[in-house]
Amino acid sequence: MKLTIGGETKNFKDDLTVAELLAEEKVQNPEYVTVAVNDEFVDGPLESRRVLVEGDHIEFLYFMGGGRPWPSPTNN
Amino acid sequence: MAFTDQQLERYSRHIILKEFGTKGQKKLMAAKALIVGAGGLGSPAAMYLAAAGVGTIGLADGDVVDLSNLQRQILHSTADVGKAKVESGAETIAALNPEVNVNLHRGPVKADNVLDLIAGYDFVLDGTDNFPAKFLINDACVLSQKPFSHAGIIRFQGQLTTYLPGQGPCYRCIFLKPPPPEAVPTCRQAGVIGAMAGVIGCLQALEAIKCLTGMGQPLTGALLVFDALTMDFRKIKVPSRPSCPVCGQNPTITEPQDYELAACDLKAP
Ligand SMILES: [Zn+2]
Repeated sequence: MKLTIGGETKNFKDDLTVAELLAEEKVQNPEYVTVAVNDEFVDGPLESRRVLVEGDHIEFLYFMGGGRPWPSPTNN
Repeated sequence: MAFTDQQLERYSRHIILKEFGTKGQKKLMAAKALIVGAGGLGSPAAMYLAAAGVGTIGLADGDVVDLSNLQRQILHSTADVGKAKVESGAETIAALNPEVNVNLHRGPVKADNVLDLIAGYDFVLDGTDNFPAKFLINDACVLSQKPFSHAGIIRFQGQLTTYLPGQGPCYRCIFLKPPPPEAVPTCRQAGVIGAMAGVIGCLQALEAIKCLTGMGQPLTGALLVFDALTMDFRKIKVPSRPSCPVCGQNPTITEPQDYELAACDLKAP
């Protein structure tokens, strides 16, 4: 199925959960990353088991401080 | 209030803007903006707000200028190393635009002083570099129903959002609570490209000017994320969280609270 992650559309296996997506995308310290699916926040362990469906768009929102960030996004 | 000839000349490029005009300039000259953190973000924000003729600018910071600040904190110069940032900042502002009234708040912003600090201002710019301060400013602004600009920068990235009371999510809606101090494993400074502070700090100044004059659409309900390596600006929609502990339906945070800083974030004596 196709999912749009941070504006980029990619292929994933069907029935992927939010937690599995975080692992697949190698998001570090996912407990400190806010996830939004289709412009709604996904909270806590319960919702992280939410199964994503074709066409979902997902955003990872990272803490940014001022040169002392935590955690750091993976794309570095 | 009539403009002097000098003011008409100084602000002429504002005044000829149809959306801005003498009306917008007058609003700015009567406005009071508080910048918390006279560092990377606060520097360009303070300078552009001063240049724009914002009537009163408050600078809140407890630090002194360090040589390692000068790579991005353009409010301060080499000769200012060792000087209080608020004093150095006030001198830069005075040189840029002596018409601006500058209030100096020297010292850390804490739960017991933040409400008094922001009370006198129309708009707050969060230019701090740590999460306890960011959550403190958010909570104080929500509790005081005060519009403010959140910004954060790191490495080659920056983020920005604007809180307007009752009109969209707050910072806590997005991030809920500060990461725990022990979650910072090495305390290694992550670094930031200096010009990033310029980009994001200027955007904060723009948001302040827009809100103070009523121009355009503020960045509410969205987190703007900028990546300097790809030059992508992305505006990510963010909703209000009905369960937000400070701005939600049943708030549990009813007064500002201090969070612990990671031990390594504390200044050496
Ligand atoms: Zn909120």
